[in-house]
Amino acid sequence: MPDLLLELFSEEIPARIQRKAAGDLKNLVTKKLVDAGLIYEAAREYWTPCRLTLDIRGLTTKSGEIQKERKGPSINAPKAAIDGFLHAAKLDDISKAEIATDPKKGDYYIIRTICHGRKAQEIIADVLPDIIYNFPWPKSMRWGVTSAKPGALRWIRPLHSILCLFSTNTESEIIDFEIGDIRSSNVTYGHRFMSSFKPIAVHRFSDYAIKLEKAKVILDANRRKEIILTDARNLSFAQGLNLVEDEDLAEEVAGLVEWPVVLMGEFEERFLVIPPEIIRLTIRTNQKCFVTRKPNEKNNLSNHFILVSNIEAKDGGKEVAAGNGKIVRARIADALYFWRTDQMPLPDLNRLSASAERFKLDLKKPLDQRMARLDHLHVTFHTKLGTQGARVTRIAALAAKIAPLVSINAKLVRRAAVLAKADLQTEVVTEFPELQGIMGHKYALLQGESKNVSQAIEDHYKPQGPTDAVPHEPISIIVALADKIDTLVGFWLINERPTSSKDPYALRRAALGVIRLALAQEWNIHLMPLLQEAVQLLICHLVEHNLAAYEQRLLSDNTSELNRVQDISNAVSLQKRKYEKELIAKANLVLQDLLCFFHDRLKIYLREEGTPYDAINAVLTPQTDNFQQIVRRIEALIIFINTDNGKKLLGCAKRAANILDVETRKKTVIAEMVKPTQFLRKEEIVLYNAIIKAEKKIAPILAEGDFSAALTSLASLREPVDLFFEKIQINDKDITIRANRLALLARVRALMIQVADFSKLAG
Amino acid sequence: MKEGYPVNLPEHLDPSHSFQGLILILQNYWAKYGCAILQPYDMEMGAGTFHPATTLRALGLKPWKAAYVQPSRRPSDGRYGENPNRLQHYYQFQVLLKPSPPDLQKLYLGSLQAIGLNTDLHDIRFVEDDWESPTLGAWGLGWECWCDGMEISQFTYFQQVCGIECSPVSGELTYGLERIAMYLQGVDSIYDLNFNGQTGRNRISYGDIFRQAEQEYSRFNFEFADTDLLYRHFIDAERECAAILAAGEPKEPGGLHLCVLPAYDQCIKASHVFNLLQARGVISATERQRYILRVRNLARQCGRAFLQTEAGGTYNAESAR
Repeated sequence: MPDLLLELFSEEIPARIQRKAAGDLKNLVTKKLVDAGLIYEAAREYWTPCRLTLDIRGLTTKSGEIQKERKGPSINAPKAAIDGFLHAAKLDDISKAEIATDPKKGDYYIIRTICHGRKAQEIIADVLPDIIYNFPWPKSMRWGVTSAKPGALRWIRPLHSILCLFSTNTESEIIDFEIGDIRSSNVTYGHRFMSSFKPIAVHRFSDYAIKLEKAKVILDANRRKEIILTDARNLSFAQGLNLVEDEDLAEEVAGLVEWPVVLMGEFEERFLVIPPEIIRLTIRTNQKCFVTRKPNEKNNLSNHFILVSNIEAKDGGKEVAAGNGKIVRARIADALYFWRTDQMPLPDLNRLSASAERFKLDLKKPLDQRMARLDHLHVTFHTKLGTQGARVTRIAALAAKIAPLVSINAKLVRRAAVLAKADLQTEVVTEFPELQGIMGHKYALLQGESKNVSQAIEDHYKPQGPTDAVPHEPISIIVALADKIDTLVGFWLINERPTSSKDPYALRRAALGVIRLALAQEWNIHLMPLLQEAVQLLICHLVEHNLAAYEQRLLSDNTSELNRVQDISNAVSLQKRKYEKELIAKANLVLQDLLCFFHDRLKIYLREEGTPYDAINAVLTPQTDNFQQIVRRIEALIIFINTDNGKKLLGCAKRAANILDVETRKKTVIAEMVKPTQFLRKEEIVLYNAIIKAEKKIAPILAEGDFSAALTSLASLREPVDLFFEKIQINDKDITIRANRLALLARVRALMIQVADFSKLAG
Repeated sequence: MKEGYPVNLPEHLDPSHSFQGLILILQNYWAKYGCAILQPYDMEMGAGTFHPATTLRALGLKPWKAAYVQPSRRPSDGRYGENPNRLQHYYQFQVLLKPSPPDLQKLYLGSLQAIGLNTDLHDIRFVEDDWESPTLGAWGLGWECWCDGMEISQFTYFQQVCGIECSPVSGELTYGLERIAMYLQGVDSIYDLNFNGQTGRNRISYGDIFRQAEQEYSRFNFEFADTDLLYRHFIDAERECAAILAAGEPKEPGGLHLCVLPAYDQCIKASHVFNLLQARGVISATERQRYILRVRNLARQCGRAFLQTEAGGTYNAESAR
């Protein structure tokens, strides 16, 4: 069976999108071919910086017959609709259409046409232009003379040639089609510098790949990546160094070269005073080079780096390595400049004094100056949520509220919170935003902040995801909690909740972060009061934001009768009270919704930790806001229901719940209160007394939070409940007696639900 | 003489030791291709792209080929003459070809051969760079061109300029002259570049010419520039631009706009004043955005007006459709 080879040869495609584009090409082409009635055995995509290639094997030579249906309007439709249908279907008379019946719609016209099998070549020539014209590039461009015409071809970079061959073992033919001013052909091109760059004629995939390799192009990106990583490891090893492995970088570099040649460069050792994170990012981000380490070193880098050239240079790569070394040196010199500048005083400190006052900053210290400038410049956090300065104020206030709850020094917590975002104003973080926090930590240590305050600056961004480590230091945890709570409550208040497909502010991650932080220590924190505190802190800002817009509207509204300044100012202060009321009224609902969001995250988190779903549901109530407590309860419950007593009590609870459910559904009367005077049997009295006793015992235990003990106390009910079920007929003829017995059972259930909803447990 | 030289240049113009020789070879190369070799625009600007020969000429249907050196001012990049790689004033060599020719990459590589960058020894790479100038309302796709890991040029296919779709698309090349010269001359500091290609006492270095200027302008950009005055200049330029455009409005529908280039000068001026204000660190992030939008607004208006001029090339029977 024949094969299809397609190559789209263009100017250099951005490395990061090559893999996806090649995959898209494969999916689009194979889908269209299959839709057109062709079958294939295998398809594989390839890519290099200058080409997307598709190799489809074992294609059928013809498509099978396909019946196509075109549904038309109802037979009773107006003439215009029927004429329209005829016109679209290119028929001259409606009698040529068939009539079909639909149970709902009634009779309607339908046209059935048989498409006879078409030659594969024809189909391919038919579908490819469409795919190429509408290729899903994230960003595409026009070029050249044709770019002035409407409907000009767009591609990621100028497209130069299209190779399209349909081949068998013996024959090979060009599938002929035209796109813009390009006509498909049987030629490709080799390496831009290491081959003659003249057209190379090919017949099928096998000679295509071989001829390309002769022309210094390795078609398979995975092979290029393998070569890069293996050679990089070997070259490092030969110099007594270890490569700092970097999959993503290898992937990117494989997309930058058609013929990878791995070389080593170096820079002066004196630059190693710069923190290794900065060196690595500088070399990686700007130069796409790998860094190395001496064996036995965990963090510190060596002054040798690995670069990947696209040519085998005539001098063995001396010039290439020297050139790269030079530019890496210049880059690192810049980094060193940034690193040092960040430790120097800022100019014009006077203008920062108001901000310094606000945050109790010490303007003698560099990081304090940066925080003052962050506030001073009114750097925006989010248009509706205000500036970074305002945000830091809130985080610090919230953190100071949390600190005493867990007996931590509020002063240190405040200090950490106030400095947490200061590094956003440093040169290094401006250059490498991914170093936020990390740089703050380093600069804080350098200016003499305590170890745990400095650590908290880095750690308050954590945990970044489900696998990222949770900080250990209490100060870090408190600031991290405050930061995330402020974010969540803020976005909830402005109605920017994540949707199933979009979560641009990473709010799911933030909520999971709060949960993991709350569980990190044996802290007994209730979340709701903190959310309310965050609302209070935010409301003042939100009101101002709304008011500013309101005032603007009044001022620009000429038709309004409020034209005097006094009127407007009165209207504004009226509106202020209104907004405040509205927000406070809204806040409770919003927070309940947010708590619900936390519960969803908690359930997912606990389930992934291996906690059975039913146990979570048995313990979680809509008001639950203490995650530590919930987790302890779940653990205790699981242990308890696996004991003999527990199993039996579970049985009793379920039986009681079932009976009550059935009777409720039957609308049987259940007394509102248990009346001991109506007891007829000893078992009733015993059960009643057991309930009273357990109720008295459990209330204080629960208040103390000793969930295990509460469960054990419940166990005392097991025997009386068992006996009650065994000896007593609940359905007594006397309605009042029956109602009273059911009330007794309801009381049992109510008592148990205080501890856990056993009916939600499986088994 | 290295291979690929377009003309026989004397030794003192060999780019391996002459900065001005490098410029001359690039000018010769692109002159041979048919470009008009222009002189620098006589205003302060952040990049060669601001030159009306690029910004405005990239608009409209008329073909255009031009190349020129443009001094570029980036006040924030000043380092008081102490950083060997960064300057607040440097040179760009700019080429604009409209429409972009199909062999533009080959032409560009030919120019590298011409200045002595041998592709058998040097690793030339086209690395993704989506170019965008928020102040000009312009964007394009292309690459940073790397030589052994160093960015030596920008290569862009303009898609939009002054907020207007380019039709046809122009190809723009921007050579970073100092960087290329440092490479060719094998020096580690811009200031050590041989400017005039002479030796001994006759040698004039880049530092001889510019070090003092870098020190003085750094002081001015970061410390001395009067920000109140700059604020006023910005507002003046903005107003003047709008006033000139209004005065030159076509007298009848479909008529020619009479005054675009002087208005565009004010747009260039506003942009540079904004860059100075930024270097002085007096513009906050939100304000910064607003300033950018204000300059972009000027650029848009100038671009739209330019389409109604002779050079804008849409003023003809064909464009009346």
